[in-house]
Amino acid sequence: MQRGRAWAWGFTGPALLLVGFYLAYPTLGTVYLSFFDRRSQHFVGFHNYVDLFTSSAMRTAFRNNLLWLLVFTAATVGLGLVLAVLADRVRYEAVAKSVIFLPMAISFVGAGVIWKFIYAYRPATSAQIGLANQLLMLFGREPVGWLIERPWINNLALIAVGVWIWTGFAMVVLSAAYKGIPRELLEAARVDGAGEWQVFWKVSLPLLQSTVAVVATTMVINVLKVFDIVYVMTNGNFDTEVMANRMYKEMFQFRHFGRASAIAVILFLAIVPVMLANIRRFRQQEAER
Amino acid sequence: MKERSQRWARFRRLGLALLMVALPAAAFSLPGLAAPRTVTMLGTWGGQELEAFLKVLEPFEKETGIKVEFTGTRDLPAVLTTRVAAGNPPDLAALPNPGQMRELAAEGHLVDLSKVLDMNTLKNQYAPVWIDLGSYQGKLHAIFISADLKSLVWYNPKAFAARGYTVPKTWDELMSLTERIAAGGVTPWAIGLESGAASGWPGTDWIEDIMLRTAGPEVYDQWVAHQIPWTDARVKRAWEIFGQIARNPRYVYGGTTGALSTNFGDAPNFLFTSPPRAYLHRQATFIQSFIRQNNPGLVAGQDYDFFALPPIDARWGTPALGAADMVGMLRDTPEARKVMQYLASPAAQERWVAALGKLSANRAVRMEVYPDPLTRKAAQILVSAEVFRFDGSDLMPAAVGSGAFWEGILRYVGGESLDDTLRAIESAAKDAYR
Repeated sequence: MQRGRAWAWGFTGPALLLVGFYLAYPTLGTVYLSFFDRRSQHFVGFHNYVDLFTSSAMRTAFRNNLLWLLVFTAATVGLGLVLAVLADRVRYEAVAKSVIFLPMAISFVGAGVIWKFIYAYRPATSAQIGLANQLLMLFGREPVGWLIERPWINNLALIAVGVWIWTGFAMVVLSAAYKGIPRELLEAARVDGAGEWQVFWKVSLPLLQSTVAVVATTMVINVLKVFDIVYVMTNGNFDTEVMANRMYKEMFQFRHFGRASAIAVILFLAIVPVMLANIRRFRQQEAER
Repeated sequence: MKERSQRWARFRRLGLALLMVALPAAAFSLPGLAAPRTVTMLGTWGGQELEAFLKVLEPFEKETGIKVEFTGTRDLPAVLTTRVAAGNPPDLAALPNPGQMRELAAEGHLVDLSKVLDMNTLKNQYAPVWIDLGSYQGKLHAIFISADLKSLVWYNPKAFAARGYTVPKTWDELMSLTERIAAGGVTPWAIGLESGAASGWPGTDWIEDIMLRTAGPEVYDQWVAHQIPWTDARVKRAWEIFGQIARNPRYVYGGTTGALSTNFGDAPNFLFTSPPRAYLHRQATFIQSFIRQNNPGLVAGQDYDFFALPPIDARWGTPALGAADMVGMLRDTPEARKVMQYLASPAAQERWVAALGKLSANRAVRMEVYPDPLTRKAAQILVSAEVFRFDGSDLMPAAVGSGAFWEGILRYVGGESLDDTLRAIESAAKDAYR
């Protein structure tokens, strides 16, 4: 018994050291720095936090993060689910899924650059170089400043880029779970006279529930950290600010270490409950097995 | 017997392997055998600018055997902050502005250049304003290797002639020309405020130029140092004059949405379409390289030209607003010293300005090296300007200069009320100037 414990420490020790050094230490360091001024010299108490909660830039950022949270999560999970079920029924399923999954291979920055071109605005009297506005022109509409019209059009335009990237991931995971549902169950429901809607809502969805939850929480964690798309496409201008971008600005542009740390802490606190929920769910699943 | 020789062979192989690992390692640790001595340098230059800079270095590297390893990033403040904080700064850095230089100097990261350069020569070659701008608390921390003149309005002389327009000499003439063009059914101005993560800066140049022309250099200095608030009537007036053009959809191609979403480098292209979409474009000397790149075949002085942004209040004349590229030293090594000495020399700067069409702040740089008459004309304006002021937003603390001010331009042009905009910048400024 004693020896077993020694072995366990031997194996987990290095990992714990690494986690401590690369995770726990910086986390505590960040919390510590968040109570100091811009150059981390003078203790200022909760001053940085007060600043953040009273600044209009951060209020916009909170609002937008919430918007991302709702729209992005709903869209990726919803679209992923629809695509997973639909793809199951087409002959060229593999091709269809690959195409939808493909944007996953592109970095956020790359996607931001690509979509910046798609959203590019030129006045109606010039030749359009952006796909989105060219399409509008084809239907006889005026071009739209996609990244400028605030506060809804530009935020939704940015969220659409995130959805474009992540829907493939949600679809693949949900599709695997969907294929794990015994076909007999679905057949039985159909034989009993259930329509396709009823089969989906009453049989498939309840069986997919835990997978949907896992995908949704993954997306929530993802979206709370959203940065690259916003930084590349608008840098938070025109009311598209998000918390992570604000943190970057405070840290690297304005060199206000205290405030940047405080934003990091707030983000961290926002993500922790989701992480805990995820871990608890994993534990339950393990226990059920 | 056989067994022994086998063991011996294994031993020899092991020895050989060890030697192969050890030899290169030893070679690297011996100074004589190491790669040629290198100086690392960090800056924002890429593309054409980087090529030009490498050309500047060519004769130096050939002569001294010192290699300069240049890393260019558009994210210089972030990379530099991180590397300095990590105790791994580059030897030299091409700094984007005096504000950044002062911050680094205040934290003690920059080498005092009076130990590196011959100050007498330097004072002979640079006007006092350039020495002051490169100094912090009386110590020279950076030198200027080139400059840009900002107060220029670019136009297309052929299109001007075809429609009978003449170059305005006063602000009133400029505004009546603007109105005349607009009345003819065309938009007079091309404005581009988009510049990636730096969007908004072209508008700050407008405000600075107007401030110099309506309030004068002293008030300008007070404004930059935040001795007068942003809500001051004189500051407000400058914004209003800018707004009369920028917020008027009849005056700007594409209206406010066009101004906000057009990249600053693409904006002058509207002057050269057929028919022109716009006739006037206010931008610094460096825009010439964009014009040339986007419209090959245009001849400087014939197809595109500039005039000085006219005076508004006769009292303040036609001041020159400018910006410049600075180089500072973060690590004091003999090789880095040599590179600094070379970059400070007229010989190096002549190569740099000749390749890029930039101007030099160094009086010892000969006028003949400028590649075309336009650049020479700008250089003359810069050298002979009675009043010269450095780009104000570059001098302010970053949270204002490249934060709230940039953002304020975008908000104001986007339709926000001027009072709200100025109040927001003022509150950022109160916090940033300690």
